[in-house]
Amino acid sequence: MRHFKLTILYFVAILSFASCKQEPSNKANDLAVYKCPMACEGEKTYNAFNSCSICKMDLKVIEQTSKVIVNNAISDESIFNLTTTWNTEEDEAIQLEDLKGKTLVLVMIYTTCKAACPRLVADMRNIEKQIPENQLKDLQFVLVSIDPETDTPERLKSFAIENHMDRLHWTFLQGTESSVREFANVLAVKYKQISPMDFSHSNIISVFNSGGELMHQQEGLGVDNKETVKTIIELTNKN
Amino acid sequence: MYTFRLTIIFLAFFIMNLAYGQSKMVLIKGDTYIPLYGRDSLKVTISDFEMDVYPVTNSQFLDFVEKYPKWQRSKVKRLFADENYLMEWKSDTKLSETQSLNAPITSVSWFAAKDYCECLGKRLPTVDEWEYVAMANKELPDARTLKSYNKYILEWYETPKTFNNNAGSTFKNYWNVYDLHGLVWEWTFDFNSVLVSGESRKDVDNDSNLFCGSAAVGATDLMNYAAFMRYAIRGSVKAKYAMKNLGFRCVKNINK
Repeated sequence: MRHFKLTILYFVAILSFASCKQEPSNKANDLAVYKCPMACEGEKTYNAFNSCSICKMDLKVIEQTSKVIVNNAISDESIFNLTTTWNTEEDEAIQLEDLKGKTLVLVMIYTTCKAACPRLVADMRNIEKQIPENQLKDLQFVLVSIDPETDTPERLKSFAIENHMDRLHWTFLQGTESSVREFANVLAVKYKQISPMDFSHSNIISVFNSGGELMHQQEGLGVDNKETVKTIIELTNKN
Repeated sequence: MYTFRLTIIFLAFFIMNLAYGQSKMVLIKGDTYIPLYGRDSLKVTISDFEMDVYPVTNSQFLDFVEKYPKWQRSKVKRLFADENYLMEWKSDTKLSETQSLNAPITSVSWFAAKDYCECLGKRLPTVDEWEYVAMANKELPDARTLKSYNKYILEWYETPKTFNNNAGSTFKNYWNVYDLHGLVWEWTFDFNSVLVSGESRKDVDNDSNLFCGSAAVGATDLMNYAAFMRYAIRGSVKAKYAMKNLGFRCVKNINK
């Protein structure tokens, strides 16, 4: 009889594994943000209660001003509907929704790229330069690797340092073959691996509002980025 | 007792396979071939894999949306499907009177197709895999140079509304796979790797500003007009598009 019970358990287990991707629970509600009361680390915030690493004082919850998170609902068009998990250059696992609340400037690259990507990265830095320093905190520049096999978190981190893109407002993401393909499809970015180290890909910089909705796309390399910068500044002012 | 247990396990798997009509698959033996748009070397190597014998049908997709309501017409997120998604259906879980249960599902987006396959532990075929199987006719694994092969495909392109026909109504090819030509167009996993595109005048293939490595793009056999059409379609659709003549089937890696 015991065997029989085990079997039934096994059966149930199999069936529960059989269902794929469950809808993730909406955890945005219990997201509190903590900050050192002495502002030892400037504007740096934490997602968990802890003590400040510098002055050791207890972190304080900061009031979520409407500035950061407008509301918890995301629209049908939002990229936050993608529920895949990504690794950052700091080797943290995040979902795109964790980037909610900030204007996103996003590009797809790969770090071994010699032709277009350095220029694409330069274009991103060029955009960054034109944003007033006090607005940078409401912004996130995101670089998604189209070569998740080569571009590990460590590699992305060293790429970030090499290219002076290691401040808080830069995020690098490593996905999987499938999640990157899906993400590219959301952005209408095309890419193809043409040899183990080389990809052809479209050069598109996309701007999303704080709700993850696509607001603007800039196509091509070294193109006039006036429109892009204007969109970004308008969006961060609106936040 | 032990045999009893085995029977139960066997039964469990059997029931799982019945769950929303797990379809029959066949083995495709891999090889190296030259697709219309290859990589650098022009040659592409395909590993062995399994492919659905038929495209996914209306009835199978109906079961799927019943099980995963997020893919029902009224619930699907606009990010993942445009407003043509399952447009012909009568309601979220009902086909229209003119739609046959065994006809291939169409008007589905790439996201829906991908999720369907993944929910079955399968995936969408890559462009290279799909083209590899599709270059077969009834007798040969590669019939692309045959006049009759190309004529058949081109005649199909001219025939309207083949998407209303039932799965299995065209020919069985060398690999025992049906309907790759003659019924519906099919989504592929990396359709967005096709860099020749009609969506914008800017990205003609000699515009190196838009695509790095654009030299990789070039037809190896422009005579292969039928295949060229498929690549052109892939280059021009977006993943959220749902089209009346665009369906899909799944493939699976072989665990060695």
